[in-house]
Amino acid sequence: MELHMELPVTAEKADSLHAGDFVYLSGQMYVARDAAHKRLMELIEKNEKLPIDLKDCTIYYMGPSPAREGRPIGSAGPTTASRMDKYAPTLIDLGEKAMVGKGKRTREVLDAVVRNHAVYFAAIGGAGALLSKCIKKSEIIAYEDLGAEAIRLITVEDFPVIVVADDHGNNLYATAQAEYRKK
Amino acid sequence: MVREVDVSEITKNIREMCISVNYELSDDMKKVLSSAKQSEKSPLGSQILGQLQKNLDIAKNDRIPICQDTGMAVIFLDIGQDVHLTGGSLEDAVNQGVREGYTDGFLRKSVVSDPIIRKNTNDNTPAIIHERIVPGDKVRIKVAPKGFGSENMSQIFMLKPAQGIDGVKEAILKAVNDAGPNACPPMVVGVGIGGNFEKCAEMAKEALTREAGVHSDIAWVSDLEKEMLSEVNKLGIGPAGLGGTVTALAVNINTYATHIAGLPVAVNICCHVNRHIVREI
Repeated sequence: MELHMELPVTAEKADSLHAGDFVYLSGQMYVARDAAHKRLMELIEKNEKLPIDLKDCTIYYMGPSPAREGRPIGSAGPTTASRMDKYAPTLIDLGEKAMVGKGKRTREVLDAVVRNHAVYFAAIGGAGALLSKCIKKSEIIAYEDLGAEAIRLITVEDFPVIVVADDHGNNLYATAQAEYRKK
Repeated sequence: MVREVDVSEITKNIREMCISVNYELSDDMKKVLSSAKQSEKSPLGSQILGQLQKNLDIAKNDRIPICQDTGMAVIFLDIGQDVHLTGGSLEDAVNQGVREGYTDGFLRKSVVSDPIIRKNTNDNTPAIIHERIVPGDKVRIKVAPKGFGSENMSQIFMLKPAQGIDGVKEAILKAVNDAGPNACPPMVVGVGIGGNFEKCAEMAKEALTREAGVHSDIAWVSDLEKEMLSEVNKLGIGPAGLGGTVTALAVNINTYATHIAGLPVAVNICCHVNRHIVREI
């Protein structure tokens, strides 16, 4: 199914999604990858205030190339999500509702998605130039010292993603490959 | 007769090559991506391949990197033995070219100076440099930036000679299947067979820089490349790992002599943004 969805993704909206749905997202999402996740976890462990609001948030696993003058962002495709698997279940339990990345997740992440009515979307890996066109605004809101790994808040319009893991327990990577597997 | 080449020439060329290789794929890669779109049986897979072609057009026209992971710069230098390099250190000149290219080309700086301390060098240096001394009076420069989504999915297998060709086939299929959606398929699969631990890895890397669609000169290797491409495409991983009949665009294999006790196999996986560019000065 092809559909348009306004951010934030709530539990109710996540429930309506199914693995294989092609979704165009519009609204605001955070951008964070390895180093930023590590810092967020350190704050959580110390019970300190986070620089982002996790409630119903969407986090895009991405580290852009530098923006040319007059453009909001450079090339901006997804990075491999499995490197965030260590951190994601905790963030989802604390309110994160949607992740955008690419690649397989661990059982722990998939369980956290089901338990919390969340969703894991894939964006097309290696399509950074195309995806940058859907990003209308971008600002660094934390950890500027991390450069490409800083936390950003971006505004997207019709940003194309595919539901990979839904909160009904489906995982598109497993089912889609089986459908075309000949050996 | 010795020919003098000032290393600033190498800097200048590497700067330009880093930029152009990140904005536009070589013709061989464009061609295999375009034929993949024709042959893909999955409607979603075919749609994704169409978007990847659109992505290439945007990157070229807007002068924006094809992929935000503009990679760690891998540089192969074939230096003619009749060349005398002047004007400073060759390694510094190469890194200066990378520094200028990644800065002036708005490319991402993805290199940290230490694997544990992990502080970004902010100019994408140092590069990985492979130098060879060859006959002649030319310097052949090959620039092949490599992203780490696919690099992380690469594997080395130290097989026993008794495992033979079947063991090699199993190793290639295992690496590709383990990589799955993480390596941004459709992939290019670079394989090194023989040599020793480091030689097979370097061969696998360089195999990725061979033109997609061009096969090995060695008959059994050429046959294996064709067979493995067909076998890999039966895995069903498909474009973006969302199922389909095109999982790889090419399987390129390089081989070398090895020891009586060994059969090393390295599989270096690359995504569809398989960047390589060559110049001779």
